[in-house]
Amino acid sequence: MPEWFIPFLLSVVTASTPFVFAGIGELVVEKSGVLNLGVEGMMIVGAVSAFAAGVTTGSGPLAVFTGAFAGAAMALIFGVLTLYLLSNQVATGLALTLFGLGLSALMGHGMVGKTFPGLPHLEFPLLEQIPVVGPLIGTLLLGHDVLVYFSVVLVIAVGWFLNKSRAGMVLRAVGENHNAAHSIGYPVNLVRLLAVLFGGAMAGLGGAYLSLVHTPLWVENMTAGRGWIALALVVFASWRPARVFVGAYLFGGLTIMQLHAQGLGIEIPPQVLAMAPYLATIVVLVIISRDSALVRLNAPACLGKSFHATG
Amino acid sequence: MLVRLENRGEISKAMVYASPFIAVVLTLIAGVFLFALLGVNPVEAILSFFITPISTLDGFAELFVKGTPLVLIAVGLSFGFQANVWNIGAEGQLTVGALAGGGLALLFFASESLFLLPAMAAAGILGGMAWAAIPAFLKTRYNTNEILTSLMLVYVALLLLSYLIHGPWKDPDGQNFPESRLFPDAGILPVMIETTRMHVGWLFALAAVATGWILIARHVIGFQIRVTGMAPMAASFAGFKEKRIIWITLLMSGGAAGLAGMVEVSGPIQQIVPNISPGYGFTAIIVAFLGRLHPVGVLFAGLLMALTYLGGENAQIEMNLPNAVTGVFQGMLLFFLLAADVLIKYRVKFGGPKTAGAAEGAG
Repeated sequence: MPEWFIPFLLSVVTASTPFVFAGIGELVVEKSGVLNLGVEGMMIVGAVSAFAAGVTTGSGPLAVFTGAFAGAAMALIFGVLTLYLLSNQVATGLALTLFGLGLSALMGHGMVGKTFPGLPHLEFPLLEQIPVVGPLIGTLLLGHDVLVYFSVVLVIAVGWFLNKSRAGMVLRAVGENHNAAHSIGYPVNLVRLLAVLFGGAMAGLGGAYLSLVHTPLWVENMTAGRGWIALALVVFASWRPARVFVGAYLFGGLTIMQLHAQGLGIEIPPQVLAMAPYLATIVVLVIISRDSALVRLNAPACLGKSFHATG
Repeated sequence: MLVRLENRGEISKAMVYASPFIAVVLTLIAGVFLFALLGVNPVEAILSFFITPISTLDGFAELFVKGTPLVLIAVGLSFGFQANVWNIGAEGQLTVGALAGGGLALLFFASESLFLLPAMAAAGILGGMAWAAIPAFLKTRYNTNEILTSLMLVYVALLLLSYLIHGPWKDPDGQNFPESRLFPDAGILPVMIETTRMHVGWLFALAAVATGWILIARHVIGFQIRVTGMAPMAASFAGFKEKRIIWITLLMSGGAAGLAGMVEVSGPIQQIVPNISPGYGFTAIIVAFLGRLHPVGVLFAGLLMALTYLGGENAQIEMNLPNAVTGVFQGMLLFFLLAADVLIKYRVKFGGPKTAGAAEGAG
């Protein structure tokens, strides 16, 4: 096993976790029939808010919570506009991203150059002492920060919620046919608002992970398109939680590969390697969407349509 | 429910035009609160943001310098948006247009030919079109969502720019700065008003507005685009080819954005630098909506948005406010506009009984 292998795997985990959070949040939103293109905006506001809270209070949990809360607050703007004022979801999502990028730069103005010590890690010293496989197991499964474990639990929980719980069934019904759901008496817009808020909180959490663990710094525009990749991830995963997780690690791996390729002596300009995740996203989207029957089978039927109960 | 929305049954023309003004007023009010929150005198800040920048001839001319790319791009985008084709990668198309047009100027850096500028403009348009052709091809051939593909290509284009100016296009006498050499005089857009930076690119923007207006009002393509957006079923019954509309709208918007990129590098910048555009391609989306997806509306909306850039720069110099305030203003403006637009199709009713039944609006 080459020397760089374990650090490489570790950095893949750190790079993938923001995708897991933002992707799984957006999946729930889209399952309810809403397309929120503002993931990037919610993520970056989550990142700056979490970092600000972390630097001022020094408390990791508080920082994480602030990030999620800020993401949800951003999502609330989107929810009110699209669900209650019936604005176009595509345009409103774009506005959320533009607004979020500006707002985060404004909020983070005084925080450039500060650092945050990072989040607590879970340690299991005994397991890592097993000979030969110990270090590998230790690196792969143990010793990560708490949010990594939370992201795994979250994926399982969302999978259970959507497929096994009654509330999850209502959410899917609202996403498949809002008129039918409304006539049975389900509160369509309330369900959607809750889903949108959850999506915002998760995007905020993904952003918080970036500024608290991944870098850990505040840099303007630091999400660098990750929110958009998270959106592509949901399509890539054909709206299934477990596949979002796999996809997140695939994309995370790609971003890290680009950083390590130079160290491995691959003579390609860094900019060309940096293009890889974006190009891969396009390739994957093409593979997924070329079979329109497949997309129709998995995509929520009411995705992107606004609902208005007439009186 | 005490407050509810009632479908007007038809579109309120008055609200279509009133809504942008309502949005601007609400944005200004929200701006006052924002500045107060930041601990600066709101009146002073608003003056510094919206009035001082255009109180001199230089400043006023700058409005057109910044407005040129915004109007050019937004006119192109508004066609697509009307047909529900969401090209949000104009920033990438602008970048490729700048590289194609600017690359020509670097290739013929000793040229004094009068044909250099027209050739650069054509290269810029073609470059933007080529970049927009990728999402168009993927959408029509593989049904791939153009929002995501056009956006991913923005990052690819920006990295391509970064690669070129750090590598093959770097100025050989430039002390290793990531910048190209300066364009030859024959590759620089002439200035329209002496002593200012206002260049003839503004005429391109005006021409785009005029062409757009004719297309949308008089040409059959404009009609097909509008019908496709409003009633896709009717459009397909009428035999309008959806794929053709996708190609046309994406190529038009890509070409316009590419021209905007060429105008930027051969007008105000005059070389290729790492940051060609401060997000014009994204801001143009707001311009298109604020201008009601109509070329003439876009013209005024573009100038207004140009003012927010100037205001941000001025407030940074005069009051030491972060430049990012511009983005916040732009985002708020679009939020308020989208919120006010609800009154185009619905009227607000207070009280009254609520009956069952549901209707569905187009997303």
